[in-house]
Amino acid sequence: FIKSLNLYSLSQVSAARQKHTLPDLMYDYGALQPHICAEIMQLHHSKHHATYVNNLNVTEEKYHEALAKGDVTAQVALQPALKFNGGGHINHTIFWSNLSPNGGGEPQGELMEAIKRDFGSFQSMKDRMSAATVAVQGSGWGWLGFNKDSGRLRIAACANQDPLQGTTGLIPLLGIDVWEHAYYLQYKNVRPDYVKAIWNVINWENVSDRLKAAHK
Amino acid sequence: VCAAGLSYSLSQVSAARQKHTLPDLMYDYGALQPHICAEIMQLHHSKHHATYVNNLNVTEEKYHEALAKGDVTAQVALQPALKFNGGGHINHTIFWSNLSPNGGGEPQGELMEAIKRDFGSFQSMKDRMSAATVAVQGSGWGWLGFNKDSGRLRIAACANQDPLQGTTGLIPLLGIDVWEHAYYLQYKNVRPDYVKAIWNVINWENVSDRLKAAHK
Repeated sequence: FIKSLNLYSLSQVSAARQKHTLPDLMYDYGALQPHICAEIMQLHHSKHHATYVNNLNVTEEKYHEALAKGDVTAQVALQPALKFNGGGHINHTIFWSNLSPNGGGEPQGELMEAIKRDFGSFQSMKDRMSAATVAVQGSGWGWLGFNKDSGRLRIAACANQDPLQGTTGLIPLLGIDVWEHAYYLQYKNVRPDYVKAIWNVINWENVSDRLKAAHK
Repeated sequence: VCAAGLSYSLSQVSAARQKHTLPDLMYDYGALQPHICAEIMQLHHSKHHATYVNNLNVTEEKYHEALAKGDVTAQVALQPALKFNGGGHINHTIFWSNLSPNGGGEPQGELMEAIKRDFGSFQSMKDRMSAATVAVQGSGWGWLGFNKDSGRLRIAACANQDPLQGTTGLIPLLGIDVWEHAYYLQYKNVRPDYVKAIWNVINWENVSDRLKAAHK
C-alpha cells in the first residue's frame, strides 16, 4: 500500500513538473552559412524559440489552474497565448530538424515518389511551396504537409505561429519560417532570396522520417 | 460642344490614371537617430512602403476591371490584396508624419487635455499604448485612435496591415509599426526597447492636427 501510494504521489509531482524545454540544435549556429547566417540562427534559437518555450510553460501553468477550477472564461482567455507560444515551440522544433549543413539536393525513396505523384515533379513542388511561402502576408510559415485521410502531400501556409496540424489536420513534414526575424538581418526585405536559398540546407532525411511516421 | 466633349474625355483619362504614390519623408533617413537608425528608415520607406504602393496600384487596376464586369468572385478574391497593400500604404503614410527629428516631449492643448481625460495622465496613455503595441502577436501596429461617436481617445492594435479606420471605425491619430522590419536591424528581438525609444521622435503637432481634423 505504501509503495503504491509513493508511486502515485511521485507521478503526481513529476506530472506537474514536466516543462517544455528548448531543444539543442544538431549543428553549430554558423553551420548553415552562407544560406542562413550565424547571427540569425543564434537569435532565432536562443532568443525567439527560447521565449516561446518559457511563455508556453507559464501559459500551461495558468491553464492548469483554470482547468482545475473549471473556469471556462479563463481557459478561453488563455487560448491565444497557448496557440501562439505552443505553436511557436512546435514549429521551431520541427524547423531546426528540417535543416542541416549536409542538406540540399533532392529527396529519395518514398518521399520523392510521393512528391512526383502529388506535384508532377520535385521542381514543381519547390516552385509551388516557394510561391505559397513568399506570399504569406505578415508573419507566418509555409508548409509541406501530409493529409492522412487522402494519403496525399499538400502545400499550406499558416499565419503567425498557428501550428499546421492543430489548425488544419495536416501532418507537418517541412516548414519554412517567413517571420522577418528568420531572414531580415541577412536578406532584408528580399524574402524570395531567402526562400530560394533555404532549399540548399533542407534535411530530406528528416522530412522522409516525418512522412514515414505520419503513415503509422 | 467640342470643348465640353474634350474636357469629359480628359477627366476620364485623368481619373483612370490617378495612381497612389510614395510620399516623400519630411526629414532625412538618418534624422531619427539614435532612436531609429538610417538603414531601417531607408529600407522601410524606399522598399517596404514603396512595394505596398506599387502593389496597391496593380490591385486597384485589377479591381477596376472586375468591377466593370460586375464580377463579384474576382472582386472578393482581390479583397485581401486590397486590404494588405492599401492598408500598408495608409498606415505608413500616417507613420512617417507621426515621426519627427524635433519630436518627443509631451503634447499640448486639446490633445493633452483629451489624453488626461481619457487615460488619467500622459504617462498612463504611454504605458498602455506601449503594452498593447508590444503585445501584438506577429506583425501589426499599435494605435492611438479617436472614436467619433463617443468623442473619446482609444488604444487599439491591428494585425498585419489592417487599417485602423477601415476595420474598427476609429480615426487613426498615432501609430507604432511593430512589424519586425520596423526595428529588427537595430533592436533585434527586443521589441520593448524599440517601442520605448520611439516616444522620443513622436511628432505631437501632427497627432494634434489629426485629432482636430477628426472633429470636423
